[in-house]
Amino acid sequence: MSATDIMQFIGIASLLIGSLAVIFGALGLLRLGDVYQRMHGAGIVDTGGAGLILFGLLMLSPDWTVTVRLILIGFILVMTGPTATHAIARAVRLSDQEPDNLKAKKNSERGRG
Amino acid sequence: MEIALAMTLIALGIAATLAIIRATLGPTSFDRVLAVNAVGSIAVLLIAVYGFFDGRPAFLDIAMLYALINFIGTIAILKFFRFGTLGDHVLHEDEEDA
Repeated sequence: MSATDIMQFIGIASLLIGSLAVIFGALGLLRLGDVYQRMHGAGIVDTGGAGLILFGLLMLSPDWTVTVRLILIGFILVMTGPTATHAIARAVRLSDQEPDNLKAKKNSERGRG
Repeated sequence: MEIALAMTLIALGIAATLAIIRATLGPTSFDRVLAVNAVGSIAVLLIAVYGFFDGRPAFLDIAMLYALINFIGTIAILKFFRFGTLGDHVLHEDEEDA
C-alpha cells in the first residue's frame, strides 16, 4: 500500500463522512423547531460538511493548482460562513423574536426546571 | 473513487432538496434567508465535487466565485430587511442604536 493509496482512502472516507454530515445538517435545517435551532443545522452544513468534503477533495487532488484552489475555497467558506450566520442571528434578535424554550419558560409560571 | 464522488453528489443533492423545502416552508423570512444561505454552501460543494467527478478542475474557480457571491447576497438581503433600502439609510438614523 503506497502513500497515494493511503491518501485516496483517507479522501474517500472523509468525502463519505462529509456527505453524511451535510445530510444531517440539512435534516436539522428542515426538522428543528425554531430559527435559532435551525441555525445549528446550517452550522453543521457549513463546518462539518464543507470542511470534510473539501478535505476529502484535497486528498484526491491530482495537481498542486487544484490544491491551492481548494484551500482558497475552504478559506473563503471559513471566513464568510460564520459571518453570514452571525448576521442572520443578529437580525433575528433585533426583530424581537424569542427562542422557543425561553418563551415556554416565561409563559409557565411554575417552571418545571 | 468515482463511486464515492457520485455518492457525495447524490448526498449533496438530497441535502439541497431538504434545504429548499425549508426555504419554501419557512415561517419567517429569516428561515428563508438561512435556508438559501445553506443551499448556497451546498451548491459550492456540489460544483467542486462535480468538477472532480468530471475531471474539469476549472469548476473550482466557479465554486470560489459562488461562495463570494453567496455571502454578499446574504448580507445584502439582511440589510434590505433591516433598513428597507440598500444605500441611503440616513432616513432611518434613529434605528441605529444597537
